[in-house]
Amino acid sequence: MPRCRVNPGLPDVSGNRIIARMPTRLAEKIGSDTLSVLSAFGQFWRFVGSTFSWLGRGSLRWKNMRLVIPQMYEVGFKSVPVIGITGAFIGMVLAIEAYTQFRSIGQENRLGGIINVSVVKQIGPVLAAVMLAGRVGGALTAELGTMNVTEQLDALRVMGADPVRVLVVPRFLACIILLPILTIYSDMLGVIGGWLVSVKSLGIPADPYWRYSSAAVDNWQIFEGLVKATFFGAAIGLISCYKGFTCGSGAQGVGRACTESFVTSFIAIIVLNFFFAKVAKDWYIAIYGIRSIF
Amino acid sequence: MALIELQNVSKAFGSLVVLDHLDLRIEAGQSLVVIGASGTGKSVLLKHIVGLLRPDSGEVWFDGQRVDTLADRELMEMRKRFGFLFQMGALFDSLNVGDNLAFPLVEHTHKKPAEIRHIIAEKLELVGLPHFEKKMPGQLSGGQRKRVALARAITLNPEIILYDEPTTGLDPVRSDVINQLIVKLKNELKVTSITVTHDMASAFKIADRIVMLHEGKIIFDGTPKEIQQTEIPIVHQFVVGEASAEELEALGESEDIPESPEEDTERPGKASP
Repeated sequence: MPRCRVNPGLPDVSGNRIIARMPTRLAEKIGSDTLSVLSAFGQFWRFVGSTFSWLGRGSLRWKNMRLVIPQMYEVGFKSVPVIGITGAFIGMVLAIEAYTQFRSIGQENRLGGIINVSVVKQIGPVLAAVMLAGRVGGALTAELGTMNVTEQLDALRVMGADPVRVLVVPRFLACIILLPILTIYSDMLGVIGGWLVSVKSLGIPADPYWRYSSAAVDNWQIFEGLVKATFFGAAIGLISCYKGFTCGSGAQGVGRACTESFVTSFIAIIVLNFFFAKVAKDWYIAIYGIRSIF
Repeated sequence: MALIELQNVSKAFGSLVVLDHLDLRIEAGQSLVVIGASGTGKSVLLKHIVGLLRPDSGEVWFDGQRVDTLADRELMEMRKRFGFLFQMGALFDSLNVGDNLAFPLVEHTHKKPAEIRHIIAEKLELVGLPHFEKKMPGQLSGGQRKRVALARAITLNPEIILYDEPTTGLDPVRSDVINQLIVKLKNELKVTSITVTHDMASAFKIADRIVMLHEGKIIFDGTPKEIQQTEIPIVHQFVVGEASAEELEALGESEDIPESPEEDTERPGKASP
């Protein structure tokens, strides 16, 4: 017996109907997707506004500062090993990769300049930020997301405490204070790693190595890296907390929010880095002119 | 004017209407129990009272103040007068029991640490968990979590306590402990309480007044005695804990499970094994 029968007396118009409805459905879908993206964007900036509003309202009082210290421990102290190892090995890899090229043109003495300017300006801040987004961003989202789905955020609200002040502001402050410090640490180990391989292993003389390094890296490069790190820290803190606050229900919702948190933070870091590089380069040229490291 | 009043409140989540033009007045000192099947909007009702949710239409009033239009800062002030016991306790996982209880005191008072410790010990004693200050929420049983959450809800001596399914998931003895605690708080602290539950034993023990929610509306409002005598079929079924014929039919059980041997023999066309 057939499972589905078509009445032979009626013309089959279902295919035409589907085709006729397709543009409407597509338009509906585009419309609803656009609305939900705009709504999420608006919600995020409202969240950012609320965070800055609480920052301005007595965030340096002891009642609020006592909440920052444990977060600084979580964000900063616990990230030291992973950021140190990453920084050191990236410095070493840069030395190995650049050495053959520089040697082929007889300029290996200038290796310090290219390694250290890359580490201080780009690789140190970006890598420290990416590591922080992975290690801390995901954990922040998971913690706040779990608090959200277990009604702990509502519990704070009914106790007359704003969750943004109690939970977001301390984490945001910890990220923007500690990422520049972690970046300095990452830079330092990157510089040491590069020096170890270049001078101690590949036999480049120490004197020209450091001379060319100091010619390439000035205060501007270091300052640029640290300013960038502050903005990266702000992006990680805000995105991670926002994703935790708005995560879906259950373990699946929290898991998805953690993934989205890392991916969004990573994209934000890369995009912000591009704009910083462009603006900083333009300003540098306007103030100091073009300086070659060769 | 009533202490808490909901006027013509409606709330929908997408196409699902949870509260439908609901009116409710709660007087000071009253112990109101809200009953109803799962998913009928009992917890949503509680959350409207403290401004955790805002109605799509209608008004929510508390002590002469309109709650649903209050700004966040004013809401925070208002909520200091409330205690809220969440269904799963909602204890802060990262803080121990003592710090959980201390949280509202540190947030809203200028008490010295010794005073705070004294209040915490007193509240833990009241819920029958003395010396639990150092335990973490993960080390507590379900009943203990609820009692700690209750202790936290009363640390600021609130005027109104909202209980969201206080006995769900507990054995009958632990449920009775919670019920006794609610009655004790009502008698000793003279609080107004609103309890959401579907545990009828609990409702009869703690209620002065019971309302039943069904499809977003209140279909019964009366005393515990009146609800036991009601002839409204849906309310009666809920009180005695009996599924309707339609519900059993939906499960495909009405023809398979005989309600009594007599009915089984009377049913036509039923083949014997």
